[in-house]
Amino acid sequence: MTAFLELAEAVRRHVTPGCSLAAEGFTHLIPHAAGAEIIRQGIRHLRLIRMTPDIIYDQMIGMGCADALVFSWGGNPGVGSLFRLRDAYENSVPHAMEFEEHSHAAMAHAYAAGAAGMPCAIFKGYRGTDYPEVNPRIRFVECPFTGEQLTAVPAHRPDVAIIHAQRADREGNIWMTGILGVQKEAVLAAEVSIVTVEEIVDRVDERGGGTVIPHWAIDVVCEAPLGAFPSYAEGCYDRSNAFYQRWGEISKDYDRFREWMQRYVVSSDDFTDFLAKLKADGYV
Amino acid sequence: MSEPAYHPEEMMVVAAARLLASDDVVFIGIGLPSKAANLARRTHAPRLAMIYESGTLDTAPTALPLSIGDPELSRMARSVVSVPEMFGYWLQGGWIRTGFLGAAQIDRFASLNSTVIGDYRKPKVRLPGAGGAPEIAGFCRRTLVLLRQNPKAFVEKLDFVTTVGTRCGGRSRQQLGLPGRGPEAVITDLGILEPDPDTGEIVLTTLHPGVSAETAIAATAWPLRVAETLRRTEAPTARELEVLRALAPSHESNIAGLIPSARERGR
Repeated sequence: MTAFLELAEAVRRHVTPGCSLAAEGFTHLIPHAAGAEIIRQGIRHLRLIRMTPDIIYDQMIGMGCADALVFSWGGNPGVGSLFRLRDAYENSVPHAMEFEEHSHAAMAHAYAAGAAGMPCAIFKGYRGTDYPEVNPRIRFVECPFTGEQLTAVPAHRPDVAIIHAQRADREGNIWMTGILGVQKEAVLAAEVSIVTVEEIVDRVDERGGGTVIPHWAIDVVCEAPLGAFPSYAEGCYDRSNAFYQRWGEISKDYDRFREWMQRYVVSSDDFTDFLAKLKADGYV
Repeated sequence: MSEPAYHPEEMMVVAAARLLASDDVVFIGIGLPSKAANLARRTHAPRLAMIYESGTLDTAPTALPLSIGDPELSRMARSVVSVPEMFGYWLQGGWIRTGFLGAAQIDRFASLNSTVIGDYRKPKVRLPGAGGAPEIAGFCRRTLVLLRQNPKAFVEKLDFVTTVGTRCGGRSRQQLGLPGRGPEAVITDLGILEPDPDTGEIVLTTLHPGVSAETAIAATAWPLRVAETLRRTEAPTARELEVLRALAPSHESNIAGLIPSARERGR
């Protein structure tokens, strides 16, 4: 049965030091509130998985939550670098990390394979590139029917998947609309799934459009209004492109970043408190 | 009538836009490729089907998106599919005609590096990485490459092969199992380079107005081949510049109005 928990309690129970975590979202519906709670609780040694690690992953990496990152594109979309990710990769700040790098196609297929209970994903990726030389988890197999050489990567089977959605109903069914990335696959591939939502309603289904993930695949639902900020929730609020553009200036210098995180994230009671501080100081 | 003044980057975007036809289906990255495709759709290619890797099929944003997944892209899309469907069915399945790529480095066979500058384990600069590029370069029927021409970008040897061009490591696309022609044109701020049909090496075929072949040669770290008959790009028209300059990302979000102030929360 789906549990309805406070976000802090859900994180405390399920996001444990050393676990692998996929907090997914492809530009849209990124679970920022959950990431901020992980930082507030000071959880460390995570193996982070994400196609497009963005600001919330930059924050977790900079605050020392991660031992490893499995990813396919690590930048601030349309803006430039993620400076904490770069500093970790280039200078081992705040500590050395393992980086397992893929292409989007590989990551997407690896999630789909995990959702389907497969040990690996088979596709036609990476041909001719240098990636197989730097990532030993990219391997090649022969098609038993045609003899064609195909690419294999291990399926993603995260201990915990966290996604953000527009709605859940009282049974724990999840409803989302807009760009859905790999979130459904991440939930179905994970041992434990936590979904933060804008609102909890009586009933959701697909009759008016959108996509439902049924309740028996969802372990925990947490209400977290505005919980995707500075990403967005289609139909609820827009992407704060302005905040994405300011993130470089906040995060470029490590000390300034630490100070900012302390003031806005670590010392806030919760995500709503964090947002109120940002608003008071003119960040939104 | 005198020609309007323009920036070399605007010439580059305009030249790229002109290579997109109205019946084209184009997979677009953020930055200059996105500007070029949006310009094309607003000028000579109104039926251009634009695809962003976030899963938006045949979208028509009214503002220039900042990211590949801006709200505008999904709201204006004919269809929004999951990312596994995008990369599996649509891209690998061969349903996308043109891929539009940028990079930090390019070599003479138009293979690209967008992964690291320097050594992979200890790079001078860690770039964002591959994203969709290896498979976009592999499985679109053709690719267009957009990047500024200078010796740091047009290199003898890539620091890392993120995507394969016309050939790579002495092997042809066919030998590597890659369908399609690969790069058809490399559009720079100086001109356009196109692959020699026999060798796959990119050759300077077109110069933008006011640029000399010597400038392009000096901006390339390998001995750049120049076509016997060089074409000259037509300068951007007033209309093209007007549309291009009106393209801007939307920075408006309704988020501020939705956040309760500290006082409201304490009530």
